[in-house]
Amino acid sequence: MKTTIGTGRVARPGRRTALATATLSLALVAAACGGPGGSGGGGGGGSVPGVTDDTIKIGTTQPLTGPAAPGYSRISKAMDAYFKHVNAEGGIHGRKVELLIEDDGYNPTTTAEKTRKLVQQDKVFAMAGALGTPTHTAVLDFLRQSKVPDLMVSSGSLSWNQAEKYPNTFGWQTDYFREGKILADYAKKNVDGKTYCSFGQGDDLGADGVKGVEQILGGDALKAKESYSPSNTNVAPQIGKLQAAKCDVVFGFMIPGFTALALGTSAQLDYHPQWVISSVGADPLSLKAYLKENAEALTQGVIAANYLPVVGTDDPWAKMFTDIHKEYNDGAELDYTTLHGYCMAYAIAQALAAAGEDPTRESLVKAIQEGKVSAGPSPTPYAYSEDDHSGMTGSYISTIDKLQVKPLTKPLVTDDADGAVEEYDGEAEEPPSNGVPE
Amino acid sequence: MNVLRSSTLLRNLAATAIFLVIGFLAVYSVDEYTAGTVAKLALYICAALGLTVLVGGNGQISLGHAALMAIGAYTMAKFLPSRTDDFGQVSIGVIVVGLILAIAVTTLVGAVIGVAAARLRGPYLAGATLALGVAVPGVTTYFHDTFNGEQGLPIPVPRLPASLESAGWTIGHVVALIAIACAAVALLLMANLKRSAVGRHLAAVRDHEISAQLCGLSVPREQVRAFAFSAATAGVGGGLLGLVIQGANPHSFGLVLSLSVLGAVVIGGLGSLRGAIWGSIVVVYLDLILKDELKVDPNAPAAAYGLLLIVVMLAMPGGIQGLLTRLGGRLPRRSAQPQGGN
Repeated sequence: MKTTIGTGRVARPGRRTALATATLSLALVAAACGGPGGSGGGGGGGSVPGVTDDTIKIGTTQPLTGPAAPGYSRISKAMDAYFKHVNAEGGIHGRKVELLIEDDGYNPTTTAEKTRKLVQQDKVFAMAGALGTPTHTAVLDFLRQSKVPDLMVSSGSLSWNQAEKYPNTFGWQTDYFREGKILADYAKKNVDGKTYCSFGQGDDLGADGVKGVEQILGGDALKAKESYSPSNTNVAPQIGKLQAAKCDVVFGFMIPGFTALALGTSAQLDYHPQWVISSVGADPLSLKAYLKENAEALTQGVIAANYLPVVGTDDPWAKMFTDIHKEYNDGAELDYTTLHGYCMAYAIAQALAAAGEDPTRESLVKAIQEGKVSAGPSPTPYAYSEDDHSGMTGSYISTIDKLQVKPLTKPLVTDDADGAVEEYDGEAEEPPSNGVPE
Repeated sequence: MNVLRSSTLLRNLAATAIFLVIGFLAVYSVDEYTAGTVAKLALYICAALGLTVLVGGNGQISLGHAALMAIGAYTMAKFLPSRTDDFGQVSIGVIVVGLILAIAVTTLVGAVIGVAAARLRGPYLAGATLALGVAVPGVTTYFHDTFNGEQGLPIPVPRLPASLESAGWTIGHVVALIAIACAAVALLLMANLKRSAVGRHLAAVRDHEISAQLCGLSVPREQVRAFAFSAATAGVGGGLLGLVIQGANPHSFGLVLSLSVLGAVVIGGLGSLRGAIWGSIVVVYLDLILKDELKVDPNAPAAAYGLLLIVVMLAMPGGIQGLLTRLGGRLPRRSAQPQGGN
């Protein structure tokens, strides 16, 4: 019987021993020379990693492949287009911005690898706009250890606002907790339904959002709290439970694909609650891509939060980004996911500009903490300070009407604690004439 | 020389020593980023070594090995964080204890799964293990309070001894060294296992279950054993992956990881330990080269990988090790690769 396992074999001890001796002696020689190679190549002579006289190098991790790619791959294209525009206008303090985009496929293992590559091999000045809660959570500790500024994380998790633990990490978009509070406040005052429930993603998106809702409505206000895992596209059991609990107002904290599933599934079950959903899952064009010809009927009347300028109106920011979009991107209709990328890239450019003529990692972090990043395209101001690293302080409430975003309120602001939800009536900022922050 | 020829243990020890020296040299000569990929290679080798014993050595199949790796990582994540110091680091000793614990828990779970697997054959076994692999995200979301759902749990980094730190070593280098050491131990144990009575029992069951029974072997017992062994190395591989990415989360242990490890085993040569090493090298570096060096379309590595599997199956069913053996023609008794029950 001839088998792989369990047979003897002819050893070739002579060659092996020689090889072993050779490698062993090599190892000894190498060990005598001190530490491992390649690690001493940091900043010599006071130079700043990623910054030269005419360039500044920043990195980001984005889902270009995998489950999150259909919705979110547009964000990095927008960032890239915006920095092309900035560079065409002469850059920031005379330096061209070099944006390195790494694909992580929305897989935290890959995020960890790619972030290490950007920091250790490409030696970027800062990470900027890295996307995703589970993905970016995986690299927070690494970025702290490497002392790399970590700007404008593209997710509304509260995790980015831990100034003491992660002094270099900053959030950007309105966090899910604030959105939860704002949505609940609106629903309490303006929506007729009496039985409140929630449906959210099984991570910070769902958890922080529900906490915000309960902050306003009270700890036991939600009759049913259902959640989903993005890897399981059957949401019928959860929607069925919401229906059985006779919920007439459902707070949703979902990514676009799951907003579409939730709306579609509840229609199939002949269940028609008032959906009140957070901004991340409410972009009408993304929903249309999933729901096709049923999109208009299913999304009509959905109430949502929104932290971006309104497209298709005379908002000067939306106009400016539409122009840049036409020139440097594929020029398709500007959707809110793409706009997210533009506005985020603008905030990153603001921070880089505020870091000064001779930016260092310290001056960058200091500039953001000193509040030098103004609201810009965002309808609400940023919360940045030394102990607060959360980004935008609020959203306006809108409804989806014929697949367009129709604002229902002025911008509403609140805090990350038990403060009330208030109207913000600060002046809207004008965009700079060349589209590049000073 | 004669001692080496006659003693399996000594021969395997020598091979392990070579592996260790090459591995340590590799870690020593590269920068911190590349050390991370060396660590990844080492942990793939760990998982592939066990899987090749299960698939090639015992004729079973597992499409859900990532689930076992996840158990290893989550065990580390549950054990380590409460033992950190003020800087959020743990000593290397604690990490070793964590890895041993990861092996113990995963082996136990592997044995339980093995009991079920022993009742299943062919496509049913493939389906059952596939379901196991797909269940990980569901389990972590369902037991949200224990596993923190989609985001998973953090795993602290090892603390560098002061002497190493002043010599220019980094955390990345130390993690890579730990991974290489683990892979070496796995290699030694699996190599000895293959040449032991137990290894021969596993092979007998693979080749012909009825004959094995007639020889007095309990088929289910051998199959459970094989599952437990492969689970043990998957556990250590998963624990190491957790150390590398500093956390345990369901996304990192998805179907892609299961198939990558299985791919490494098939490409390297079913049942061959050296093949598991070659296969892991191919799987880990194919992706890196295509994405980072050649900058091809991000979806291309997955396609290239599928193509490679087809080519290997058609052109060299014995995998890389089978090809090497044929080319060399030096080890006649190991020539053709998988036979019998698979």
